Amino acid sequence: MSNRTIIPFGPQHPVLPEPIHLDLVVEDERVIEAIPSFGFIHRGLERLVEKKDFQEFTFVAERVCGICSFIHGMGYCQAVERVMGITLPPRADYLRTFWAELSRIHSHLLWMGLVADAFGFENLFMNSWRIRENILDIVEETTGGRVIFGAAKIGGTRRDVTNDKLKEIGRTLKTIEAELHAITDVFEQDYSVQQRLRGIGILSREDAFDLGAVGPTLRGSGEPMDARCEGYAAYRDIEVEPIVESDCDSYARCMVRIREIYQSFDIIRQVLCRMPDGETEIKVKGYPNGEHFARLEQPRGEVLYYVKGNGTKHLDRFRVRTPTFANIPPLLKMLQGCDLPDVPVIVLTIDPCISCAER
Amino acid sequence: METPQEIVTIASSDLLAKVQEQKDAGHRLVQICATTLEQLELSYSFMGKEGITHLRLLLPRDQPSLPSITDIYFGAFAYENEMHDLFGIDIRDIRVDYKGKFYKISEPAPFNAGCLIPTRKQPS
Repeated sequence: MSNRTIIPFGPQHPVLPEPIHLDLVVEDERVIEAIPSFGFIHRGLERLVEKKDFQEFTFVAERVCGICSFIHGMGYCQAVERVMGITLPPRADYLRTFWAELSRIHSHLLWMGLVADAFGFENLFMNSWRIRENILDIVEETTGGRVIFGAAKIGGTRRDVTNDKLKEIGRTLKTIEAELHAITDVFEQDYSVQQRLRGIGILSREDAFDLGAVGPTLRGSGEPMDARCEGYAAYRDIEVEPIVESDCDSYARCMVRIREIYQSFDIIRQVLCRMPDGETEIKVKGYPNGEHFARLEQPRGEVLYYVKGNGTKHLDRFRVRTPTFANIPPLLKMLQGCDLPDVPVIVLTIDPCISCAER
Repeated sequence: METPQEIVTIASSDLLAKVQEQKDAGHRLVQICATTLEQLELSYSFMGKEGITHLRLLLPRDQPSLPSITDIYFGAFAYENEMHDLFGIDIRDIRVDYKGKFYKISEPAPFNAGCLIPTRKQPS
């Protein structure tokens, strides 16, 4: 005879840097159902758009999250630029793409460290973060920030990077990429990593699509959807093939992220090769009047920015639908039927960013 | 190639039928959001191969009410609970209903309240 018990998981838990709570309904050691609860740190940042000038609000948008900060700023700017009919100088588009892909690499490396830590592989955790530091150094050299880049602005970018510096960065990235193989080989081949990730947290392709999964969570279930294929910024000149795995488990989601890191290195190489010369910003005149939904690809998946302007310096509405928010229903599906000790790893495989979800 | 987008205005009474059409067409629910204007303006976004459709409907700011679409798109429960907590929209029959406890906020429906910009003091 089985016993049904409710086990609280979070909001404070060793694998959760940010607060989310799950009531796990378990029978013996098997999870029957997970009931999520969040909103512990909801900040109401979206509503600040009524108080901040639409140009000044770029700084707030970037502070939605400390990991994918740059793409939040870029996405907000892109949505406002579409409303105002602004076309960016090509160099600004390329620089934005360069920083967006650096964000993806450092975010995925951060995730690799966290998941390695969650299943007790300390050496892998430390090496993932050691390599991530090199990426953050490049971000710091080119933007002056490590967490908040502050590089995007409506009408272009706040900073330029000299062509000599870009060449030097290209050489540094080659070294980092070579070093990265040492840790990604462990993720791909190590027996203990496979034991902790293979066959757990199954999310079928149909469920992933029906429940609105995005990013590596969706692509790990075999659905080839990547918002970069929309061709925003420099992606219009660079072909992006969605990285897809079909095993639908935690290992598949891990492999998607690892392959995406190498893809990002490739995209950056193309960006550096094709970087056009010229201005990095144009002067913005007038106020936004109209609305637009901008769709971009964050490291955690598709993100949607909605802006609605009324012809004044304050917008009527700014809305972000973050990838973590979309991945909560699929997470509940993955947890159904799993073993209790697998819960922390499964939760981490959606790469939850509660800061984004609690914008 | 940017995905084409269109905004389709519907009556709130047609919501379930229109959402069911999106489901039958195999479209994915992308997001739901509300905007506080003179009325509440809601956008339900769906994506298919041919583009993104935003179903747009208006609700009164006083005691707004709508049926839930979670029987059609289960994943909508997060968006619907969010709209309930932030905008005070009474969404009926949500399959996972937090009854106002989705966000731990200090005042009810803060996004449906007056403008945040402080009014200037009138000279005496």
